[in-house]
Amino acid sequence: MEEFQIIDNCLMVKLPREVDHHRASYICEQADRYLLQENVHHVIFDFEDTRFMDSSGIGIIMGRYKKIACFGGKVYAIHTDRQIQRILTVSGLHNIVKILE
Amino acid sequence: MVAEKEINNEGVCSQTGVYMKNEMELIFDAISNNESFARVAVAAFVSPLNPTLEEMADIKTAVSEAVTNSIIHGYENLYGYGRRGEVPVAHPSIKPGKVRLHCMLGGDVLHIEVEDKGKGIPDISQAMEPLFTTKPQLERSGMGFAFMEAFMDDLEVESEVGKGTIVRMKKKLGTDSWIGSEE
Repeated sequence: MEEFQIIDNCLMVKLPREVDHHRASYICEQADRYLLQENVHHVIFDFEDTRFMDSSGIGIIMGRYKKIACFGGKVYAIHTDRQIQRILTVSGLHNIVKILE
Repeated sequence: MVAEKEINNEGVCSQTGVYMKNEMELIFDAISNNESFARVAVAAFVSPLNPTLEEMADIKTAVSEAVTNSIIHGYENLYGYGRRGEVPVAHPSIKPGKVRLHCMLGGDVLHIEVEDKGKGIPDISQAMEPLFTTKPQLERSGMGFAFMEAFMDDLEVESEVGKGTIVRMKKKLGTDSWIGSEE
C-alpha cells in the first residue's frame, strides 16, 4: 500500500507494488493534497516495494515535478531496482529525477 | 525477416526444442481493474519459455500500455479506480466496452494483439510521438507507444475512427544472452 510521509521539507511517497493507471489517479490526488497543505519543497519516491511500473508512473513523477520545480523543488527516487531504472532511462526522466542509491 | 519466418513455420522453440504454437485469447471489460489481470495472464502464458526477468518485465509493461490505451482512449474510461473503497464495476461513470487480448507463441516469438472497438485514432503517427497525449488533464506521460516500441521488437497499429484500434506486437525471446555479450 502506498504511504505518504513528511520528513523536514520533503514529501516521501512510498509507491505500491504495482504502479499502473489503475492506482495512479489515487496516488496523484493524495500527493497533491500533501503538496498543498504542507511546506513541502522536495518529493522523494520510494520504490522499495515496487516490482512493476508502466508509463502511468512516469506521469505521476512528471506531474509532481512540474508542481514543485518552479519553486526550486527537486524529485528523487530511492530503492529503484534495475527495471525501474530502465523505465526512468527510456522515458528520459533520469534527467530530472535524481536516482539515489 | 527470413529467420523469423522459419521460426514461425517450424514452431519449434530453440530453447526447449519443443514444438509449440500455443494461443490464448482473453476478452475483458474495459475497466482499470483489468490492467493488472491482463499483464499477469500474459506473464503466465510466456512462462513455459523461461523468459528472463527483464524480458518478462518488458512484456508486462508493453501489455499494460496497450491495454491502458484501449481503456482510457478507446473507451474513455479515464480514471483508475484503484483507491481505497474501490468503485464498483457497475458504476454509472464506467462506459461499457470489451478489450480483446490475443497471444500466440510461434517458436520463440511472442505475438500479442490488443483490440478494442472504441473510438479509434485519427492520426496514428502523431499518437505514436513520445510525449504526445490527447488527454493532458489526466497527467499521463504520453509515453505509451514509445514504451511499446522500446520494449518489444515490432509494433504495428491499425485504427479506424469510430470503429476501433488493433495493436500488434512481437517479441523474440531468448535474445538477452547475445545482447548482453555485445555490450
